Formats: sequence, C-alpha cells, structure tokens
Amino acid sequence: MSNLSKPIPPAGGPGGLAVEIRGKTFRGADGGDVRAIENVAFEVAAGRFATLIGPSGCGKTTTLRIILGLDPDFKGRLKLPADGAGRVAAVFQEPRLLPWRSVEENVRLALPEEDAGRDLDPLFATLGLTEMRSRYPSELSLGLARRVSLARAFAIRPSLLILDEPFVSLDEQTATRLRKLLIEVWSARPTTALMVTHNLREAVQLSDRIVFLTERPARIRGVHDIVTPHGERDTRWRETTLSVIAKRYSGVL
Amino acid sequence: MALELDRVAADRSIPSRLAPGIVTLLSLAGLLAIWWIAAIVADSRVLPAPPAVAEAFWRDARTGELFFHLAMTLMRVAGAFVIAMAVGSAIGIVLGMNREANRFFDPWLILFLNVPALVIIVLAYIWFGLNEAAAIGAIAVNKIPNAVVTLREGARALDRDLEEMAKVYRFGPAKTLRHVILPQLQPYFAAASRSGISLIWKIALVVELLGRSNGVGFQINLYFQLFDVAAILAYTLAFVAVMLIIEFLLVQPFEAHSTRWRPRRARG
Repeated sequence: MSNLSKPIPPAGGPGGLAVEIRGKTFRGADGGDVRAIENVAFEVAAGRFATLIGPSGCGKTTTLRIILGLDPDFKGRLKLPADGAGRVAAVFQEPRLLPWRSVEENVRLALPEEDAGRDLDPLFATLGLTEMRSRYPSELSLGLARRVSLARAFAIRPSLLILDEPFVSLDEQTATRLRKLLIEVWSARPTTALMVTHNLREAVQLSDRIVFLTERPARIRGVHDIVTPHGERDTRWRETTLSVIAKRYSGVL
Repeated sequence: MALELDRVAADRSIPSRLAPGIVTLLSLAGLLAIWWIAAIVADSRVLPAPPAVAEAFWRDARTGELFFHLAMTLMRVAGAFVIAMAVGSAIGIVLGMNREANRFFDPWLILFLNVPALVIIVLAYIWFGLNEAAAIGAIAVNKIPNAVVTLREGARALDRDLEEMAKVYRFGPAKTLRHVILPQLQPYFAAASRSGISLIWKIALVVELLGRSNGVGFQINLYFQLFDVAAILAYTLAFVAVMLIIEFLLVQPFEAHSTRWRPRRARG
C-alpha cells in the first residue's frame, strides 16, 4: 500500500481486492488429498494492477478461480472491489469465445442488460478489431482471439479484472503488441486487476505490485511494489528493476 | 474426407464439376432400371413394373385420396416428432448433466429402449382407446429413448470452459441455455432428428395399420388385403418422396444455417 501517490484516480469502485486463502485441498484421482494452497493473503488497492508469479503448478490459477467464484470450496475469505456489487471480468488462458457467435456478439453477450445497446466502436477501434466484428472465432488467429477476449473483459466496465496468463503461447512480437494494448485500454479506465504470469518482464512492465508465490502448497514468498508510473517504464528502468528483483528472489527470472 | 474429395475433384476436369447431381441421377436411374428389368423377367402381379405403379399413384392422386392419407400420416409424424424431441431432449440433457439422476434412471432407459414398438402400440390402444392421442403418443414413446440417449451424450460433452466463462460474465440461465448450451447440442439434435424422422414414420405406419382408419399405413393394409402391390409401392414411394422434400427443404437448410460458423472444411 506504499504507492498511493500515483496520479491516476482509482476507478472500479471503493476499496480494492483483499484475498485471504487459508487452505485449499484437491481430491486427487487416487483418492488422496493434494494440498494446493497453504496460505495466500494479499491485497490490491483500488485501481491498481497486481501480478501473481510463481512456479508451475503452485496454485496461481486455483487462486484466480477462487476469486472468480468458480471454486467455492476453500478456507479463508475474499473481499471483492465494490463489495462484490461490481462486475468481474476474466481473460482466461484460452480465449474461451463462443465459436457460433461473431466477434461482436461474443463481446455484446457479456454486457449487462442495462448496457446492451452500448457503442463499442471506440473499444473495437483501440484493440484493432473494427474489421473483425462480423467474423467468427474460427476465422481468427490466436492473437486476434485474445484481443476479442480482452475486448469482452473491458466492455463490461468491470470493478475487478482477472487475467490468467493472457499472452501465453503467442510469439514475442504479438505478445508485446498485446501488452501495449492492454496498458492502453487499462490506463483509459484503471480497474483493480490481478494477473497470473510466468513472465517477470511482463509483470514488471504491467503491474504496480508483484506477489511472489512458493512451490506447492502455495505461500507468499514476498511482495514487490512498483511506484514508477507506466509511462516512465523504459528499457533501462526495466533492466534495473529486473536485476533488483532477481537478486532478492532468486530463481524467478 | 471433404479435403480428399475436393482434391480428387480438382484433379479431374470438367465432368467432375457436374458430378454430384449427375451421379445421384445415374444412381437412381440404375435402381429404376434394375426394378424394371426384374419386373419384366418375373412377369408377375406381385412385382409390377414402374408404369403400373405410376398408374396406381395417378388413380389415387386424381381423387385426392392419396394426398388425404399422406397428410394424415404426416400430421401424426410431425406431432410425434415434436413431442418425442422435446421430451427426449429435456430428459437427455438432465440425465447428461446429473450423474445421480442418470444412475437412477439408466435402467428405465434400457428397459424402454428394448420394449418392442409393437408392444407399446398395442398397450397404448388398450389403455387409452383407439384414438388419435393414443396413436401419436405411442409413436412418440417409441422415439423418446433414442432422443434421450443421443442428447445425454451431448450434455456429457458440454464444454466446462465455456460454462465457466458464462458464469463469470453472469449470463444467467436463459442466456446460457440459448447461447452456450443449445449451440453445443446442435449436432446431437441434428443426429436425433435425422434418425428420429425415419424411425417415426416407419412406426407411424404400424400404428395406422393397427388402429386408425386413415393414413398411409391404413391404405397399405387395405391394398395388402386386395393384393395390390402396385398401390402399396405407390403409397410407399409417395411418402418417401415427401420425407425427401422435407429433408432438402427444411432439415438441410436449417442445418447449414446453424453450422454456418464452422470452418468450411468441417462442413463436409
């Protein structure tokens, strides 16, 4: 919470996200219990972007699923932004578009009733999807489908945005372009956001707070806050920050 | 498969471009020729040649009798089809989504799948009387277990990822059903309808034969007693033609419309 001096006014309703998971166990296929999360507790201030980083299979996606309400079977508490009254948007690892609906329909279907007729032109234009509105998802490349998935998330003006490795398995060029787009859309209306990634560079570029997790069962390894505004994060700044972080948390790079 | 066919078609030149229609026509003409030759060779009242069948068709068509009976059968087929698909799909989807319900009702399903159509028809007439409701109900009950089995498979194969997406974006039950679940079940509906229509119209004839005083089945029974094979064939072919027209004018355009989002090569 040391970075409240940031100039951008927080959006997405009062209060940020507070996560407190005191234990999460999965029933394994052999009947034995697998402990996925030991103790994960962190906060994201309203209108801030946080990132979860940790080794494969350490329970990052599980944490996101608990926050999304897809897995109610856990010990602990959650406090969602806007006291749970706001909407939550998710960008999943796979785009998860409805193949039988066009790009525009996919985005519009997510809109709340009272917003159904909203003008989506600016959003589609920002994400470079204007030409694709009437296409079906099967006609899109993975990069384009990811953009549609981002458009859907931002279209509903969420109070909480959850991103689960949104740029995984894209070529670096496409991923970089999409990250820029994400910052652009997000900065226009900063929303409390939580992203899971394996990519520390990505985390450093996008987030205000990085939460490092341990191996399974997950615990918090450390929290790193970044106060430099997004606009001032150039290549040199990034390399310095990366080496600072790498020194403190060995093995994360 | 389609890709291979395309390649084969591209390798050959002009004749292959006209192929699909011509092949169908040649195939039907071949069948007709075999029938005609067999009829001439047999030279018997029990295997009339095509002209005799055409004459029988014309005889009943001119009086309007044929069309009346076709319409009665079609009405029963349509009624039973709608009931069977609606009830069968609903039960199938519930069983596919609910493991406990499926475990409980699976033996019932196996039982109904294996009760002979004739038994259901006879029992329906005994219990409910020789009326239209019993007739249509009996046809529907014969089809329902098939629709249940097909749609149950569909409901088991539903995509969890899309379901979660719908939950996160708060689609609500109606929106989820219409935009997420039903489109996934569409191929299963199509399969159940296809096999359903052919099954239903065959059973409809038996129902008419046993307990109705009109319809194609009743007429065929009548001509069976008169030993008029030409008329039997005329009614059969007329009804098959009606079903083909329904297939080409209703089923296929609907399917093309509901699968327009699929990549072209998968359309086959």
